[in-house]
Amino acid sequence: MEFAEHIKTANVEDVVLRQPLQPPSRGTLCITGHHLLFSDREESDSRQVLLLLRNIDAIEKSVENLTGYSGFFSNASHSERMSGSSGTITMKCKDLRVLQLDIPGMEQCLNIAHSIETLSCLDCVSAMYPFFYRPVDLSLPEQWGLSSPEMHYSQMKELYEKWRLSTVNRDYSVCPSYPPAVIVPKSIDDDTLKKAAKFRQGGRFPVLCYYHKKNGMVIMRSSQPLLGANRKRCKEDELLLQAVIEGSDKGYIIDTRSMQQAQQARMTGGGFESKSFYDRWKRFHRQMERGKALQESLIKLVEACGDESNNMDRWLSKLENSKWLSHVQNALSTAGLLVECVERDGHSVLVHGSEGTDCSLLISTLAQLIMDPCCRTMEGFLGLLEREWIQARHPFQQRCAHSAYSHARLQQESPVFLLLLDCVWQLWRQFPLALGFSEALLLRLATEVYASDYGTFLCNSDQERCALEVKERTHCLFRALLRPTERDYYSNPLYERTELAIWPSVHPQSLQLWKGYFLRWTQQVRHLEEAQEEIRNMVIEWGKLARS
Amino acid sequence: QKYYHYVHLFLQVEQVRLLDRFSNKSVHGTLYLTATHLIFILHHHIASVEKLSLTTSGCPLVIQCRNFRVVHFVIQRERDCHDVYSSLLRLLRPVCYEELYAFSYNPKQNDQQREEGWQLIDLGAEFERMGVPCDQWQLTDVNRDYKVCETYPRDLYVPVTASKPIIVGSSKFRSKGRFPVLTYFYQEKKAAVCRCSQPLSGFSARCLEDESMLQAISKANHNSRFLYVMDTRPKLNALANRAAGKGYENEDNYSNIRFQFVGIENIHVMRSSLQKLLEVTGTRSLSMSDYLVGLESSGWLRHIKAIVDAAVFLTRAVTVEGASVLVHCSDGWDRTAQVCALGALLMDPYYRTIKGFMVLIEKDWISFGHKFADRCDQLDGDPKEVSPIFTQFLECVWQLTEQFPQAFEFSEWFLLQIHEHVHSCQYGNFLGNNQRQREELQLRERTHSLWAFLMSEKRNHLNPFYSPAYSEAHPVLEPSTLPYHFKFWRSMYHQFDRSMHPRQSILKTILTLKENSRKAESTLQALESVSTLLHIPPATSRLPHSGSEEDEQEEVGEEATESTDTERTVEGSSGTESRKQSYGELEGTYNSDLVKEEPAVVSLEFGVARMTC
Repeated sequence: MEFAEHIKTANVEDVVLRQPLQPPSRGTLCITGHHLLFSDREESDSRQVLLLLRNIDAIEKSVENLTGYSGFFSNASHSERMSGSSGTITMKCKDLRVLQLDIPGMEQCLNIAHSIETLSCLDCVSAMYPFFYRPVDLSLPEQWGLSSPEMHYSQMKELYEKWRLSTVNRDYSVCPSYPPAVIVPKSIDDDTLKKAAKFRQGGRFPVLCYYHKKNGMVIMRSSQPLLGANRKRCKEDELLLQAVIEGSDKGYIIDTRSMQQAQQARMTGGGFESKSFYDRWKRFHRQMERGKALQESLIKLVEACGDESNNMDRWLSKLENSKWLSHVQNALSTAGLLVECVERDGHSVLVHGSEGTDCSLLISTLAQLIMDPCCRTMEGFLGLLEREWIQARHPFQQRCAHSAYSHARLQQESPVFLLLLDCVWQLWRQFPLALGFSEALLLRLATEVYASDYGTFLCNSDQERCALEVKERTHCLFRALLRPTERDYYSNPLYERTELAIWPSVHPQSLQLWKGYFLRWTQQVRHLEEAQEEIRNMVIEWGKLARS
Repeated sequence: QKYYHYVHLFLQVEQVRLLDRFSNKSVHGTLYLTATHLIFILHHHIASVEKLSLTTSGCPLVIQCRNFRVVHFVIQRERDCHDVYSSLLRLLRPVCYEELYAFSYNPKQNDQQREEGWQLIDLGAEFERMGVPCDQWQLTDVNRDYKVCETYPRDLYVPVTASKPIIVGSSKFRSKGRFPVLTYFYQEKKAAVCRCSQPLSGFSARCLEDESMLQAISKANHNSRFLYVMDTRPKLNALANRAAGKGYENEDNYSNIRFQFVGIENIHVMRSSLQKLLEVTGTRSLSMSDYLVGLESSGWLRHIKAIVDAAVFLTRAVTVEGASVLVHCSDGWDRTAQVCALGALLMDPYYRTIKGFMVLIEKDWISFGHKFADRCDQLDGDPKEVSPIFTQFLECVWQLTEQFPQAFEFSEWFLLQIHEHVHSCQYGNFLGNNQRQREELQLRERTHSLWAFLMSEKRNHLNPFYSPAYSEAHPVLEPSTLPYHFKFWRSMYHQFDRSMHPRQSILKTILTLKENSRKAESTLQALESVSTLLHIPPATSRLPHSGSEEDEQEEVGEEATESTDTERTVEGSSGTESRKQSYGELEGTYNSDLVKEEPAVVSLEFGVARMTC
């Protein structure tokens, strides 16, 4: 395997591992192509740590040339080996854990550090662990994923009258980032779609993402129209949108950029739907943070959480300065606006920003959770994520290449998916009975999206996934999560289906820092987690009794 | 309306609109003003009334309550509004205690029941529970007639070696005569928590009796060679006090003490801090940034953290080092009460039960003379004496319940109820400033005890996650006081702003579930025993559906409010609120363009809803 060339030292003895919430332990360190393996030497109660190298966001190393280094354990039997040099590697993980290795021997330490640095950010997708992950109790699935656009359409009988499944994108030629099949108005033929696609950035023409059964209104999703400085127009795009609101007096467009941003976009060939050409559509502009700014917000928040000055004013000011909670508030309130349009005002809505692969997905996902009880079960939620984020393409590979600790220059990283999970957590806090899954599921997803044994979050699009045979050669996380044992673990024992929309409060007083994630590796949060686990068991017990 | 016949109606104004603070909703109704209530707000809850300028729809009247309710009325005619306004101003400034609601409140109990209510908490028994009197600590009768210190209770516990002359001498050297006395005894290490006021040391004064007093406290504990003296004030404040002939203990004069400042701010700082906090959180359409900046600049959470930090320090000194600690501030009735009570709560699982918590408040707050009348502005008094010291204590407890979900027998509803009634003046417990005054007012004979009422409602205040086993395993709580563990207490400061709360109450659901499972268990057991008798295989029993149980609870709740609480319909806890009702009532805060005329609101709080009938 080509990994071998990056591994000069595969094994080191006498390494001390320090990790949060546990006492330091001494043992053997082993580096493989994808993992860092540590096993301590205690015969009884032996502990092993298996860490995906992909999970490591940043490492810091320091070497010392000490004579008489005595390390944490000043055990005499080790002391001969420890004279001389030594080194320390601090590994900051994408799941926000910080681990430290004390390695005897400067050269070994540098070798290990080098291996971690190289192997943790390999670019080649097909060399990543999901392609090698073959657990004994799991055979590669017949069907990858929970559903497909075709299956989704066939299950939605209400759609048949006015909507059709178009395979105009079957070879990804119309829109490389869309799946092969999409749902569009019945009256619009594939040729019109092709032309409309040319008028939208990246070919992401408006497609249906949600049908509201209560009133037949829909949420459509697209990228920005390519008006450009000359205010070009596209008859086919106008027709397509016209067909969406057939039989209704108007529709709404929610643009996730500010008016100013949208106008500026015209200079670079983009733009927005102007009133004169789309006269039955009313536009709202809601500026949502994306891209680099969002990544920087996460970095600042994680930095604030690690601040040890124990000063209240400093903490509150850093929390404010990170703006993370503002982004949470903004996302929830924009999703609230979307739901208000569809559910309360009874009109269809088109959502887009510029590319239509980040904020648009975020708010359409949240809106569906708020409105549709079917999305609030565990299957429903995972299915929703699959439709909106995997099939409709969020570029996971780019967005989640690094997390908050990385020193690498920011490129396309942006924690949009993490922001979604945070917003869902806020919903769950406000409606603890309405969601079929628990916080643990959100935490698991937040970890898996950055480093995973599964292929679900690999690649940037469906097309890439097919090219690399991800669906044939890797396991699917969503299916794994729905296996009975895992499912029990991640379900919400208090879940009680409600048909009503779950309108979240977006007052700042109603939103909270997601401690379970951002402070996950602190003692107090761990205690709280244990308490919650116990409480959960009690609740399950009472539930059984009450139902018996 | 059935009970109006016996209350004198001061005023009645038709066609009044009640506005929601954070949305555009409003309800129409009639406003009634009686001697004790503005339907349905107790006058005593009212902190301030404000008349705003006239608008097209009528004359607005804003009432701010001490339980953090803000009511915004719009009254059609300006004259009516002025009448209400001036009547309120008159009514909410009682000049003597007898005007307070507690003296007219009649929950249809006979004298014996009332008497029993007052006997519920017995501090003598509490000290016995701690293991006092013992070979080192005794009950002294020096204050039997409130001669030595009129703000202390009659019964005080001091070291056996502290003779009367020492006590009297020491009391003369302490502000307001509040000499060092025992408030908590940590039996395991024989370490004592004592409290007092600041010494009148000025720049150089000494008092041998006071020095012997501290010596006696120190000697009563064989586990430690020294005594901690915790001055809960910031050092600067203590230094400033020296100029007024007061100050703090000079380590050179007292043998074997370790002196420590812990820096909790004074009542004036706390009062303005809360005011700033409420200003910030009362803003409509508050942005996240303004909220966090406001939270920081109010300093409120910093003060809360300072109190918990002090309590943690106290707890460690006692439980880990086994040292005795003497706690004081200036007069020893504000910060001292906060720190001693919170420390005891951390050390002793008993205080984390419902009964124990009542005992704790009775001991460290009521009997040791926290000035409830002044701090809570019970009579028309000096506004500079008002301060949310007790509210802060309740909040500190709440912050702990959030860190230790299994350690407390009570839920936050209990804390909210206590807070409600500290201000309602409906019960006698918190009236007046000290025990002596309470005896003069004959509160035990003329008013009712809150503790008995809360005990009768115990079921509504239980924390379903409480685990006695947890308390056994963790008798001493060690909270983290890192800044991010302190949260804004929404359920307190936005108690009545329903749009801000979780739409589904996990607490209520779980209480119901727990109750059902308990019933199911006993039914199953009963069935099993019957079936074994009759040789019938156990069938699945038909149990009341959870929904019906909920209704039942609902009814019980309302009934309780009807019978014992007839005139107080502004409910403090959301305990009687139906889960189902609370869905989908969120106003269109997302976009004002889209807000449509809402159909008349079904109900806000129980009490307010009555306005419409």
